[in-house]
Amino acid sequence: MATAIAAAKTSVPPRARGRVGAFLRRHPTVAIGGALLIAIVLASIAAPWLATVDPISIDPSHRLRNPSADNWFGTDRFGRDLYSRVVYGGRVSLVVGLSVAGLATLIGLTIGLISGYLRAVDRVVMRVMDGMMAIPAIMLAIALIALSKASILIVIVAVTLPEVPRVVRLVRSVVLTIREQPYIEAATAIGTSVPRIIVRHLLPNALPPLIVQATYICASAVLIEAALSFLGAGTPPEIPSWGNIMAEARPYFQLKPWMVLLPGAFLAVTVLAINLVGDGLRDMLDPQLARRM
Amino acid sequence: MHVFLIRRLLAAVPVIIVVTVFVFALLHLAPGDPAAIIAGDLATAEDVAKIRARLGLDQPLLIQFFTWVGQLLRGDLGNSIFSAHPVSELIGQRLEPTLALTAMTLFISVVLAVPLGVIAAWRVGSWVDRAVMGFAVFGFSVPGFVIGYVLIWLFAIELDWLPVQGYTPLAKGFWPWLSNIVLPSVTLALAYMALIARITRAAMLETLNQDYIRTAHAKGLATRDVLMGHALRNAAVPIVTVIGIGVALLIGGVVVTESVFAIPGLGRLTVDAILRRDYPVIQGIILVFSGAYVVVNLVVDMLYTVLDPRIRY
Repeated sequence: MATAIAAAKTSVPPRARGRVGAFLRRHPTVAIGGALLIAIVLASIAAPWLATVDPISIDPSHRLRNPSADNWFGTDRFGRDLYSRVVYGGRVSLVVGLSVAGLATLIGLTIGLISGYLRAVDRVVMRVMDGMMAIPAIMLAIALIALSKASILIVIVAVTLPEVPRVVRLVRSVVLTIREQPYIEAATAIGTSVPRIIVRHLLPNALPPLIVQATYICASAVLIEAALSFLGAGTPPEIPSWGNIMAEARPYFQLKPWMVLLPGAFLAVTVLAINLVGDGLRDMLDPQLARRM
Repeated sequence: MHVFLIRRLLAAVPVIIVVTVFVFALLHLAPGDPAAIIAGDLATAEDVAKIRARLGLDQPLLIQFFTWVGQLLRGDLGNSIFSAHPVSELIGQRLEPTLALTAMTLFISVVLAVPLGVIAAWRVGSWVDRAVMGFAVFGFSVPGFVIGYVLIWLFAIELDWLPVQGYTPLAKGFWPWLSNIVLPSVTLALAYMALIARITRAAMLETLNQDYIRTAHAKGLATRDVLMGHALRNAAVPIVTVIGIGVALLIGGVVVTESVFAIPGLGRLTVDAILRRDYPVIQGIILVFSGAYVVVNLVVDMLYTVLDPRIRY
């Protein structure tokens, strides 16, 4: 009992700090993914300096040019420089990906904790989550966006909504397993308050799988934003995003395939990089899940 | 079995209720006046009022909801704002291409991904395993519309083996149909295959460690019989589960893939409806897709008892 109480007071998960270097050497794909991701993030931040011209400046005399020294990826039907547009497009993807991952995790964490703790709420919440998961993510987002004025904020909200149930389920399952553990009982016995149990014991246990899940949500959000913009129901056309650059280039695909394939390649590499980092985090933080996958 | 069947059917009811309430609520939770947004920027106040009356938005919320549900129960999905045709009729016209595409995708995915997962698990750690797992990450990451364009560029433009876009109904002959449906199906199958191959490998790894597998080997059974007869049979439940859950992924992919390949199916209907803000059509398609997801997963649950007789409900 004494050891249980001691454990309850100091249960902080083991830190993985020193092992990161060794881990990266054993998993070169994670290192590659991480490096790519850092490069993409830096390029997006530095977009104003990397871009050769303003991505929305129209030049009708230079429409649909092939790639050249002046326009590295050529120009689109308004004479806008495709390279500059693609560089700026990364910003939308990353902003949407990160915001959705953050928002979905926070909302899901809150609902999951409440649902895991209060049996009465749990039944209703889980039925609602089951129902939400039955609606395909893209369809749910489309329905929301079709009723609003196009903006990046609406896209973020619309993509967050279908991701929330996944987080809720994860957090709830962690809460349900952990709350039965003897050390939680011990903590309750010595009079630890519920908020304190949540902060000291539940959060540290939920955090590793949550971080992994957040990475996958980020990748999925980048994909869904691109798909929505590609369908004409996402980022408004005046802001360049990889999805809407591809959508605008579609009529010229047979003659100038690079207009579609180049932004597509940037999108694919970004999602790949996020997924590789996610797999790495999973192997490092959540060995149990790693074995199951 | 009958008791289980009834209980499982009853469990699907709250899911369907939630979906219905959600689809209804979307129209009312969205910021701004839906009637004004549906009417568009050029509409007069009169047009907006007309649309509001037609959608019943001028009535109390509860009455709106029960009128709508009453219509749904009679199979009436309402009328399109754009063309005034019944939504159920519009959906019916677009069903064949979408069913053909999903059926073909399901076929390609299961036939290729399950063996890939089995081989990867059997030769775990080998180059085959690494290639399959690499493919899985790739399949998850590269969006369908990028793959679709790469395939069109390679097989339709550069090699000129297959038509670029479009759809030929099955009634016009098997080969024309197949030549049109192959590229979109492969496009759509990629992410789904990645999912199935990954789960198959994981489930197989678990069963391959069991004692009865060693016994089967020891009594001299051929490797193929051990893998397919003993291991895969016991790994079937998680694989079938993920095939069911993956249908959600498939449905999302249909919308994008049909758009890339200009296939006149439900996905295209969705995109057209978005552009025209034809809300009754969007609602109808969401209900049909969600209903399909619920039914598929119902069937998957029923399959459990067939695949694993130990499962009793």
